Parts: sequence; C-alpha cells; structure tokens
Amino acid sequence: MISMYGPKIGLEIHCQLTGLKSKLFCSCHCNYREYTPNENICPTCTGLPGTLPLLNQTAIEKGAMVCIALKCSITNTIMFYRKNYFYLDLPKNFQLTQYNAHGITSIGVEGLLEYGQGEARIRRVQLEEDPGRLVYLNGSSSSLIDYNRAGVPLVEIVTEPDFHDPKDVRLFLNKLASIVEHLGVCDTSLEGAVRCDANISMGGSRRVEIKNVSSFGDVEKALKFEMTRQKAMLNYEMEIKGETRHWDEQRKITKQSRSKEEEQDYRYFYEPDIPAIQIDEDYLKELHSKMPELPDERKERFINYYKLTEHVSKVLIEHKDLADYFEESVKIYFAPKEISNIIVTDLMSYADDNSKKLGSTIRNIKMTPKQLAEIARMIKEGIVNRKTAKQILYEAVVSGKLITSSENEKDFRKIDDESLILQSIENVFETESLAVLDAKKNPNVANYLLGKVMELSKGRVDPGRALSLINKKLLKS
Amino acid sequence: MSRLCDLSIDEVTEGIRNQHFSAEEYVSQTLERIAKIDFDIKAFVRVNTDDAIESARRIDNKIHKGEKVGYLAGITVGIKDNISTKGLRTTCASRILSDYIPPYDATVIRKLKECDAIVIGKLNLDEFAMGSTTEFSKFGPTRNPWNLDYVAGGSSGGSAAAVAAAECTASLGSDTGGSVRCPASFCSVVGFKPTYGSVSRYGLIAYSNSLEQVGPIARTVPGIIRMMNAISGADPNDDTTRTVNTPYSAEASTNRLRVALLSNLTVNAQPEVSKCIYSAMDTLSSAGCICEEISLDSLEYALASYYVIAMAEASSNLARYDNIRYGFDMDPEGYEWNSYFSKVRSNFGEEVKRRIIIGTYVLSSGYYGRYYLKAQKVRALLRREFKSLYSKYDVIIAPTMPILPFRIGEKIDDPIKIYYVDIDTVVSNLTGMPAISVPAGFSNGLPIGLQIMSDEFKEQKIFDAALLFERTAKIQVRPPL
Repeated sequence: MISMYGPKIGLEIHCQLTGLKSKLFCSCHCNYREYTPNENICPTCTGLPGTLPLLNQTAIEKGAMVCIALKCSITNTIMFYRKNYFYLDLPKNFQLTQYNAHGITSIGVEGLLEYGQGEARIRRVQLEEDPGRLVYLNGSSSSLIDYNRAGVPLVEIVTEPDFHDPKDVRLFLNKLASIVEHLGVCDTSLEGAVRCDANISMGGSRRVEIKNVSSFGDVEKALKFEMTRQKAMLNYEMEIKGETRHWDEQRKITKQSRSKEEEQDYRYFYEPDIPAIQIDEDYLKELHSKMPELPDERKERFINYYKLTEHVSKVLIEHKDLADYFEESVKIYFAPKEISNIIVTDLMSYADDNSKKLGSTIRNIKMTPKQLAEIARMIKEGIVNRKTAKQILYEAVVSGKLITSSENEKDFRKIDDESLILQSIENVFETESLAVLDAKKNPNVANYLLGKVMELSKGRVDPGRALSLINKKLLKS
Repeated sequence: MSRLCDLSIDEVTEGIRNQHFSAEEYVSQTLERIAKIDFDIKAFVRVNTDDAIESARRIDNKIHKGEKVGYLAGITVGIKDNISTKGLRTTCASRILSDYIPPYDATVIRKLKECDAIVIGKLNLDEFAMGSTTEFSKFGPTRNPWNLDYVAGGSSGGSAAAVAAAECTASLGSDTGGSVRCPASFCSVVGFKPTYGSVSRYGLIAYSNSLEQVGPIARTVPGIIRMMNAISGADPNDDTTRTVNTPYSAEASTNRLRVALLSNLTVNAQPEVSKCIYSAMDTLSSAGCICEEISLDSLEYALASYYVIAMAEASSNLARYDNIRYGFDMDPEGYEWNSYFSKVRSNFGEEVKRRIIIGTYVLSSGYYGRYYLKAQKVRALLRREFKSLYSKYDVIIAPTMPILPFRIGEKIDDPIKIYYVDIDTVVSNLTGMPAISVPAGFSNGLPIGLQIMSDEFKEQKIFDAALLFERTAKIQVRPPL
C-alpha cells in the first residue's frame, strides 16, 4: 500500500545572505533587523522611478561558494531576469531573479548533496532579491508595509524531488544549514533567514506545493500532515488537486491558498539594467582557494585528529557555532573527548530541559569556552566528580560564573574522607529515624536515605560508596 | 544687438563670465520670454522660477568674487519631465505621477548643476515618453514654433520646441526610438541620441531601458558638443555606462569623411523630404566628403522589432505605478488591494495602456518566442550589419523623419500611422549606436532634419560631419517669434 502511495518530495529553500554588508542592488544594509520600519531604505530598493539596480559583486562570490559546496556546475554567463507579478510587498512589481526561463542563467545547476544515508540532487542555485514585509494589524482591515527587507539578497536552492520521507528532509536541511553557516553566508538562527517551500506528490498524483513554512522543524511536520491528508484522500479515491497550500503554524495544518499562484504567468525576461556577468576559470580558481572548511571535511578532521566518534563529530558539526565552541575550548585545554562529551551529553540535556535546540543554546549561554575547558580540567584531574561538574556547568551556563577552587572550593570537592561520609550518614539517621525503621524491612527505603545523604553533602560523596556504608549501618543497628 | 535669448551656449557662458551681462539678467529675460510666448507653445509644464533666479545670483556672486565658475555657467536648461529633479515635481505628463516629487537628482541633472547650468523648468512630453507628437500628454499638446497648428514631434516635443522658440539655451530629452531626434527635426534644432551607455540613465524614468538614452537639444552643433561634454561618462549609479573619450571637439576634422546615404529610408520618405536629403548629400560632397548610396534589406524588420521590445520592457517598467509609496491623490480606504491597483492603473492614458497591454501579450508564455525572441534576433542582426557597414563608412545619413510635420490631431486616432513615423530613427536605438538630427531645410515653411549616424562610441565622427554640414548649409534655426 505505502509504496504505491510513496511520496516524492522536492524542496525550494530561500536563504538570506546575512553575511553580506549591503543589499543585492543598493548600498542599504543587509542586516535590516535592527532598524525601525522603513528606515533602511533608499530610492533604489523602494523602486522609485528612474532608479537602477547595482549588482553587489560579493553576492556573486557567496552564491558561487554555495554552488561549490553543493557540487553544482557554475554557469559562465550569469544574468538576471524580471519575474513580473503584482504584490503589495514588491516595490517594483517585479522581482529580480535568475530563473532559467530561457536557457541556463542561474549561477549554479545540477549539484548533489549527501546527508545521513541519502543524497539529493540540486536542480539549481540562483540569486534573487527578497521582497518587503507585510505587517498585519490585529483588528484592522489594513496592513502595513516595511521595505527594510526589500532587496536583501537571497540564494534560492531548488532540489529535484528526491526525498521519500519527511525525516530525510529534516536531515538534508540540517546539513544544508550547517554548510551555509560554515561558508559564512548565512546566520540561520536569525528569524526568517532561511525559509523552505516543499512540494509533494503521492504515487504519481499531482504536485502540491506547501509554502509559508518558516522553520526547518515545521517542514517535516507540514510534510507529514500533507502525506496523511493525501493518503486519506487516495483511500477514498478522491482526486488530489495540483495546488498551493499554506502552512498554518498555529494549527499545524496545511490550508489551501486563496490565490491561484500556479496559474500565474511571470513573463520572465532579461533585465537590461544589469549587464551579464562573466565567470571565468581564474575567478573560480581563486574562489576554490578561498573556500572555508566545509562540515564534511571538518567532521573527518574531528574524527582523525581529535579521535572523536562519528556520532559525536556529527552532532558537533551540525552547528558551526557548536563546533567552533568545542575547538576554542580544546585550544585552551586539550581534552577533546572530555570536552565533546560535556557538550554532547550535559549541555544537550540542559538544552532539552529548557526545550531548546543545542544550536541556539550554544549562542545564548553565558559560559565561555575557557570555563568549559576549566571544568574539563577539573574532571580530568579528579578535582570534581561528574555530578558536581554538571552542577558547576549549569551554574556557569546560567550565570557565567565558574565556581571553582578559590572561594567555594570546599563545597565542591569530592569527599573522600570516610569519617566525613559517616558523619553525614549519622546526621541523616538521626533526622530520619522513622525511615530508618522502614529501611530495615524494605531495602528500597535505603535509597531514600542515600538521597538525603547526597543532599546533605551537596552531592560530593560517591553515591556507591555512601550506599554500602548506609547498608552496613542498617545491619549494625 | 541681438536678443539675449537667441544667444548660443558659447555666447551665453562667454557673456556671463566676461560680465557683459549677468546670469540674473539672462535668467530674468528667459523667464520673461517663457511668460510671454509659452502660452502659445506649451513647451513648459513647470517653470523653476525661484530656484533659477537663486542659482543665477549664486553664479554672479562667484564671478564678482573672482571665483571659478562651471563649464556651462549661467545657461538655462529645460528638462524633459521624465528626468528626475530633486524637489521639483516630475510627472512624465501622466496623471499617475501628478504628485511625484523625486528625492534625488538624476545623474545628468547633478552633472549639469556641477557645471553651473541652471534648471529653468520641466518640459512637456508624450505620457511616459510614449509617442511621436507630444499629443499624448495630460497637459495637452506642445505646438510647433514654426506653425502653431502643427505638432512639435515627440516624445521630447517640449524640449525641442522650447529650444527652437528660444525659451531656454538648451534642453535635455530622452530618445527611446527617436524621441529626441524627431522633435528636433520637426522644430529645426539639433538633437542628439548618444551611444547606449555613454550617458547615465540614473534618474531617467524608464520607458524601455535597453533602448533609451538621455540626449541634448540645442540650436547649434557646438552647443550639443558642449552639453555632451558635461553629461556623458561612466556613472557608478548606472552599470550600463562606460567611460567615453571626452571632451568632444567642436573643431571640424579635416579628414575626408566617408558618407553613405541609406536609400531605403529616402525611398519611403515624402518626396520633399527625400529631395532635401539628396541635396544635403550634395552639400557634404561639396564640402569634401566621399558620398555614396547604400541599401539594407533587414531594415524592413526594424520598426516591428523596436515596438515589440519597447512595449515588452514598458509593460514591466510601468508595473511599479501602484500609488502605494508615491503617485497622486487617491484614497485607498475601502478598497481590497488588487482592486485598488486596478483603479489606480486605470489612470494611465490610452496610448500607455495600449503599450502595456501589447507588451504584456508579447511576453506571455506561448507568445514570447513568436514576438519578443524574434525581435531580439532582428536586433542582433541589425547590429551585426551596421557594424560591418561602419568598417566601410564613417557615417551614414538618412532623413530623420520620413514626413514633414503634420497638423495636431491629424493622426491621433490611428496609432499605426504614428508608430510609422519612427521608421528612420528606431534603428539607432536597436543597435545602441549614436545619431544626430541637424536642420537640413524647409518645405512650405515646415522643417526637415538630416540624420547622421555612426558606430558606437564614435560620437566625434558624427559631430565632425554635423559641424561640416551646419557650417556649409547654414540653415535657419530660429522661427520668427
């Protein structure tokens, strides 16, 4: 049944080139997020009469780097086209883009990206401009337009319909995000910096486009919803219409779009104001030499040089910031295994506790890589046990303070002295006399007593050792 | 002494610099003249009175203090109303831009101001430069100074009529398919379309951006050369511009020019026009040029190719006029945005609507290959053929207009007839090559223009030929007004 309805999924990812200083066709700032609405604008990006686009050459370079990372072949003559349609957020009522409507004009075509166990072919990579932003007012029939974003460079990455499982889509997107971060072209943590449209067809039925998905996690959810919807329709022998649907973030469903976008004729034609750009061998050679280390290469290096496991390396390189943090830490105190373990287990569980992703967590924690190195050193040198280390870590993450040897050393050192452990146990037995009676009949209650001991000693005693001392004492009394 | 308003650019700048008269005197006389005769001509849509007087005083002050003044100090320049002037309403003679005040100067305006030229006002045109008669303007038609019942040509009709009627020293127009040369020919003044990319288009409100250039109009060829020295050159705000070999010289070269007359264009012309062009060729021969006749079959497709490309680009260039950020007074209250757009855009004039509709059609999927792509192929072919012609000839001559100026209203109901008058001029826009129209004579008191064309960035050859012709032929360029 499933194979007959097996889905074919393709993606269209828009990725803002946030690493650039200026917009694609004018000198306004690319980083529009810091401005009050309609402050980061000029005659060109608001499409005033008589203005002309001036191509940002660095955008070509960054776009070409994305192409290299995605193993695309790079076109030698790239051109810009006008995509004509009317919309409120579009200052000129056409968008400058590179769609291959009449021959290959996009910067890159026919690439490939491997992810997890699979791979997906890349149909094209092209540069284009972001439109403005519509702001809908609650309780009002009118909306506001903010042109701060208008003209921000986007790289659009279109895949072939090579995915068959929404889970693979997520793996692919994570890999892609890591690549653009490593290239320094896009800060994927910024709101709206990466957007993804998906198209899906089940068992050869018509293609449905899903738009308006603003996070990678939601792409998977939207696709799962859409598969369920389409399977149900096929089961009832209902026809699936080729249409565009929008992802409703609140209700977690896809909804049919009101506009009939798929019927639109965009009347693409060459933009005469931007002379065609020639990309020659020398330019490409220079670009290859400028390519930063990509995630796959970095992973290999982590495995070979730091002797990390495949799994740990993979988790680290998934976010450039995480891998950078790790390497900074290791530079200060060379204990790659210990440091990576702390990141992958303790920091991960901290992130989970706060229901955040590891990638965004690493940006917001107050702990410095130096402090992490220090914690690793204390573990390595047996100054603190793992449990205490975790507490120190949590404290550092939240407050940025590393509570170490100097002022509070005594509070955190492991308690080795047996008489001190026995002292704690004595104290607990006194305050918990009823539990002590119970414990004699029910061995599980011993664990309760252990808990109390750990609490009293602030976790500084070895729990195994304490438990055996408790049991001994129970037998004696 | 002749009237100040009749002086050429050279005479005005000399006179002001040597304090024979002040810039303020000159500007005041110009303003008086506009007030006196423009009611009949209707070349100006806006006079920049206060600013012009202020600029003139600033120039006079500099001269009094012995400071250096610019290359065009004190001349009055009228600007076609599709070229952006900071703080000065720029309407394209369209209702849809009737309240638009640009926040920036076009590069050509900035350059003129840097040369101390004075922007005297904005000049009439066909709405968005779409037309060849200046009848399609929300301000009404501009009249031909030689005969007020006749059209001034277009679309830069205001620019040519104002210069002919001595309402300003020189003017700027824009030439997409002949819009500078056509009215220059009809009004017996000199109008020049530069090589595509030699003058910045930044601030020129686009009609068809792969074809058009800003071009000067003056009463003499040296005036054109002076204007070109001021406005041409690479502009960091226009990626299609290139560095040019300025300054152009107004000393006619002594080289013997090889001249070819394009007979396809005289054959199709009105007999009076054709006769005049042959006599112009004789004038050039007598002045030492080597002249012969040639013909080019592919010219047949030029006009259709031009209109397909121009309309296609126009349909997209004019899409931005949705009245959201600028435009004219129309309350959006109660409209859904799509219906607001429609309502707003119904304010375009008939000719503009016609071109947007045709342009949209030729770009539509299924028709793109049949029209737009074919037109581009013709364009490439013409370019190749002209390139090879210019390996044999320095310049090519032809009539500027195939017919004499006609009466206002005579052709307005038949768009094809109006499109047809561009037949001699569009080819230079398709090839991107430069062309000039110089006064060549009269028939029944109506002017005829000689067109001189050359290879791209060979403006000097055109100027050499035009200077030679102007000095030899001595055609009257001032109407009795």
